[in-house]
Amino acid sequence: MEFVFDRENNKEGIEDLEIFIEDNKDKLGALMPIMQKTQEIFGYLPLEMLQLISRRTGTPLSEIYGVATFYSQFSFIPIGEYKVSVCLGTACYVKGAQGILEEIEKELDIKHGGTTPDLKFSIIEARCLGDCGLAPVFTINDDVYPHVKKEDIKEILAKYR
Amino acid sequence: MLVMDMLDEIKDKNRKQLEERLTQKGGYIIDEDGIKLDGDYFKKQVRIALKNCDIIDPTNIEEYIAMDGYFSLKNILNNMSQQEVIDIMKQSGLRGRGGAGFPTGRKWETALQYSSDKKYVICNADEGDPGAFMDRSILEKDPHSVLEAMAIAGFAIGSDQGFIYVRAEYPVAVKRLKAAIAQAKEYGVLGENIFGTNFNFDIELRLGAGAFVCGEGTALIESIEGKRGMPRTKIYRTAHRGLWQKPTIINNVETLANIPVIFQKGVDWFTKIGTEKSPGTKVFALVGKIETAGLVEVPMGMPLHEIIYDIGGGVPDGKSFKAVQTGGPSGGCIPENLLDTPVDFESLAKIGSIMGSGGMVVMDNTDCMVDIAKFFLDFTVDESCGKCVPCREGTKRMLELLEKITSGNGKKEDIDTMERLAVTISSASLCGLGQTAANPVVSTLRYFRDEYEAHVMDKKCPAGSCQSLLQYFITDKCIGCTKCAKVCPVHCISGKVKQLHVIDQDICIKCGACQETCPVNAITRS
Ligand SMILES: Cc1cc2nc3c(=O)[nH]c(=O)nc-3n(C[C@H](O)[C@H](O)[C@H](O)COP(=O)(O)O)c2cc1C
Ligand code: FES
Repeated sequence: MEFVFDRENNKEGIEDLEIFIEDNKDKLGALMPIMQKTQEIFGYLPLEMLQLISRRTGTPLSEIYGVATFYSQFSFIPIGEYKVSVCLGTACYVKGAQGILEEIEKELDIKHGGTTPDLKFSIIEARCLGDCGLAPVFTINDDVYPHVKKEDIKEILAKYR
Repeated sequence: MLVMDMLDEIKDKNRKQLEERLTQKGGYIIDEDGIKLDGDYFKKQVRIALKNCDIIDPTNIEEYIAMDGYFSLKNILNNMSQQEVIDIMKQSGLRGRGGAGFPTGRKWETALQYSSDKKYVICNADEGDPGAFMDRSILEKDPHSVLEAMAIAGFAIGSDQGFIYVRAEYPVAVKRLKAAIAQAKEYGVLGENIFGTNFNFDIELRLGAGAFVCGEGTALIESIEGKRGMPRTKIYRTAHRGLWQKPTIINNVETLANIPVIFQKGVDWFTKIGTEKSPGTKVFALVGKIETAGLVEVPMGMPLHEIIYDIGGGVPDGKSFKAVQTGGPSGGCIPENLLDTPVDFESLAKIGSIMGSGGMVVMDNTDCMVDIAKFFLDFTVDESCGKCVPCREGTKRMLELLEKITSGNGKKEDIDTMERLAVTISSASLCGLGQTAANPVVSTLRYFRDEYEAHVMDKKCPAGSCQSLLQYFITDKCIGCTKCAKVCPVHCISGKVKQLHVIDQDICIKCGACQETCPVNAITRS
């Protein structure tokens, strides 16, 4: 996927991040919260911002990269406007979640972990969303879709297109 | 700031309002024993950790106080010494609900014994077991019970700083906790000079970022320290050297939720519930192929069948029960003939599963046990942090073998290889993740060996779930509408209009598309 980080358009975000780093960098264990803030502001971890974090906190970029790649929530590519999280936890799995995921992948024409070229949708594989009583479950941003059936997916996704 | 005596006042006022509201709403039993949820689902349940869930308004601290909240903390700060608090915890016999079942009182005592300028209390809210959601419910529906317990723990071991490590997948829980912490500070039950005493205790939230292994205590500590969440080599107990090398206690959300109640109602009351070695209750997330899915909190020692049938209503859709999986990726599958096993730490371990965090996934005759084992191994391979070889490499080899078997290429010796691998992985891994990773395989091999053998020898999946081992056939019900031939992605169906169609088994990829389109259900699979 091709993209560039636009400094001009993200000016405010960068300022917010700089303030957050300044306020937190001396706290113990500040790296993860700073990275989470970065992802919250920009939707992903732009390399340019990781370099900024490295300079401001004195943490080597390699170490930051190590942390970023360890945790599955951190992303180096932009996440779409709508984050489709499909639960593949045990309860959902036995209720046919794999089929739901495949159907969504087919509908959006991307694989899990991917983002559509128009930056509208991303599919994320989740390991239990904590709604196991409603299995199989997937969410689109904050909307929860319980007891989903394959047949419903087209219609649900259409609401966000 | 809240002065001591105002607690009673707040309680009285809000209790009345709460009872009125609930009476109007209906669905509650309100009597001298307190407030309980009404209905068949709740009859056999005993709710301690969940006692306020779905009853109080979690965003209002005064409703928590109305249910006797913060009275335990007040009483402890006023009347008890650190050792007395720990003695009560020890006498209660409360064991960790996060998985390992370690006695909470003993953990606290160790942390008290080491003197240090700083100590930490951590609440483990990483709830990683896919299929369990009790911690989420407590955090969202009764956050103050966790805060109160953490303050009690802080007082007991001499700590003034707590952390709650919440998984990122629980945004609502995070929001509720943030609000609850702010309220608690406003009311003076957290922060400096709590209840006007010289005890200070603050709580900070830390978010996980999607790594299952961070539920393991030392990995969680690494993560709070801002590093990759890899478990430590256990030279020291965390109660001795934990977060930033200071004495630290880590307790699970559900464990904590029990604590204020124990101090309120007393040790005698608590130890009468449950079994001798596992007092109290356990919350289970009863999910999967079950009529009524949900959270059930029952006294320890209740037999599995009572939970699954009497509370959960058994398996729906006319299918038959095959197994119940407890303990998540570290647990095992329990067959029907062992359903009289009481649920407590020892009994479940004896039959090759574990209590774990309380996931209880019911499976029916259409679930393939080999596939389930593969599902868990796939999870473990994904989540292994990679620090130690037996876990990193061993689980991968195990998964490859399972993939081989479920795709119809398994050999008899593969089963033996898996059994040998299981011994190595379990005995040589660094942390609990690896040490228990083989459990799903070992337990299914123990109780459902015939299913493995059917996959290997007969190249058949008895549950009809492993796709590569299925065969699709068109029966003579076929009306020759040609729909199946059109939808087949590999064009392996031939036949003339209005004549019986045939599937070429060598080309068929078993996608099932034909079966779904057939208007007369002429296509069967076996
Ligand atoms: C791989 C792994 C994952 C774990 N995940 C969790 C978890 O999500 N939540 C939890 O409370 N404990 C988890 N534990 C158990 C913790 O290590 C620890 O025993 C527990 O938090 C201690 O609290 P307790 O004594 O109150 O149960 C996990 C352990 C392992 C080995
Ligand atoms: S397993 Fe899907 S929500 Fe828990």
